[in-house]
Amino acid sequence: MSAKEGARLPGTKLSAKEMYSLLGLVESSPQAKYEFSAGPTISRFLQGLKEGKILGRRCPRCGRIYVPPRDYCEYCHVALTDWVEVPDTGTVQTAVVSYISVRRERLEKPEVVGVIKLDVPGYKEGSYEFAGLFHRLCIDPEEAKKDSTIGMKVKARWKPAEQRTGSILDIECFEPVR
Amino acid sequence: MVSNLFVKDRVAIVGAGITTFMRRALETPRELAWEAARQALDQAGLTLRDIDCVVIGSAPDTFDGVHMKGEYLADGSGALNKPMTRVYVGGGTGVFVPVSAWWHAASGLCRTVLAVAEEKMSPAHPHPQYVFRYIWDPIIHRPLEPNLIWIFAMEMRRYMAKCGAKKEDIALVSVKNKRNALDNPAAQVAANITVDDVLKSELLVWPVNELDISPVTDGAAALVITNENTARQVTDSPVWIDGIGFTLDNQHWENRELAFPRYLNYAARMAYRMAGIERPWKEIDVAEPYDPFDYKELHHIEGLMLARPCEAWKLLKEGYFERDGELPTSPSGGLLGVGNPIAAAGLMKVAELFWQLRYEAGKRQVKKPVHKAVANAWGDLMQAGTVIVLSN
Ligand SMILES: [Zn+2]
Repeated sequence: MSAKEGARLPGTKLSAKEMYSLLGLVESSPQAKYEFSAGPTISRFLQGLKEGKILGRRCPRCGRIYVPPRDYCEYCHVALTDWVEVPDTGTVQTAVVSYISVRRERLEKPEVVGVIKLDVPGYKEGSYEFAGLFHRLCIDPEEAKKDSTIGMKVKARWKPAEQRTGSILDIECFEPVR
Repeated sequence: MVSNLFVKDRVAIVGAGITTFMRRALETPRELAWEAARQALDQAGLTLRDIDCVVIGSAPDTFDGVHMKGEYLADGSGALNKPMTRVYVGGGTGVFVPVSAWWHAASGLCRTVLAVAEEKMSPAHPHPQYVFRYIWDPIIHRPLEPNLIWIFAMEMRRYMAKCGAKKEDIALVSVKNKRNALDNPAAQVAANITVDDVLKSELLVWPVNELDISPVTDGAAALVITNENTARQVTDSPVWIDGIGFTLDNQHWENRELAFPRYLNYAARMAYRMAGIERPWKEIDVAEPYDPFDYKELHHIEGLMLARPCEAWKLLKEGYFERDGELPTSPSGGLLGVGNPIAAAGLMKVAELFWQLRYEAGKRQVKKPVHKAVANAWGDLMQAGTVIVLSN
């Protein structure tokens, strides 16, 4: 038997109705809660966001500037010691329009998210790696689908200082530089 | 990348098995694993007594809803009182299973290895999608309430922008693979569809529609992998494992050029070097690139160097990757047509190449003569690449 034509393969398919009338079907959900530590480096990065700054870290050996920052250089495996404030502007690398929620329910208002390559020196045009963030884009969904969105210049729209909590959400989104 | 390989034995696949791929299986995960394992042994003409070691592959525990799935699946997979290893690199697992079985046999540690992969995604309710929430970084990604499809949509968009491909060009992969799956008795979502059907299916995360994606699936697959001496004793047509490769990129996908899969390219170079393949685009006869999304097959064809970067979608339009084309890809029907029980889907691809190289694929058999084949799988946050090169 080799998944040949006509061969009946094992396994019993159920319809949704059959599934729910199964003897012995039980429902179970994990009751787990977590408290995540951001670690020393991302904590400092979040503190920077609270102050309205995007902070990165520079590798003393290869010169790469990491945003999001790391504690160590992934390539040189040495400690990153220098903090640098980087511009809150960049270009859109990719942008998508989501019509579904995290639970896969339909959203009433579609959401635009993407990757922003920040204007950080040291990365050559077209290089495989760059300093960048994943975030919301304040771009109209229909506009976001246009070819011109990729490569568009954008800038962080910050929450008012008194509302910032030291979270990635202290940046509301990245909006086009008009 | 430098690999210092000391390979004691040449290694071959001598049997393969697969269950039906389906949404909502009555059988439990270990029953599915047993069905696939039993078939693979039957095809090899061996029994459990001939098996020295077992490798089990299953992706996140969260899907089956059973923790420590290696232990849970051990008896069904024939691993009782034998050295057993579970490998897991998310979606990359399916090909990591035979890679790991190869280590066991090539090193001389075991003569014959049973390699089993299982996944049951249907138990997660209301949708396994929500389980994927936990692969995102908890501090800098999760507050944005990301949906997993975002990641793939972002890659697809980047590929489209960098390579000039349109949605309709990419949808052709789904059309091809679902049609190929019509000839596969294991298939869950085989269909004759058009590009228009893909574009008109539910829009999930632009540019991704529902028919750009593989479904939620339960199923299992298995292989019997053995050293040269045993292989020659049990069959006249062993399928040789000529090369294996596996690499991981970092988890910071927001810092990478998403148009090209570096994680895969490095793994592919490793596997080709081991197999003595210098020009894969000429030397490979048939391929099973990992295709949970339609753009992903194109992405992977390029990462596997079967086409130049940004060229795969153009070749696809010319019919190059059809079953009777120059370089057939996913003749099985792929994940888009056969289904996507994550770890089992990757192993299904290797099983398909085994049957193709033995000319046992029936209606699915590709037109051209086949000597060398490659499969890959991909996993985690766009970072894990696993590759296997086979020959007859
Ligand atoms: Zn460095």
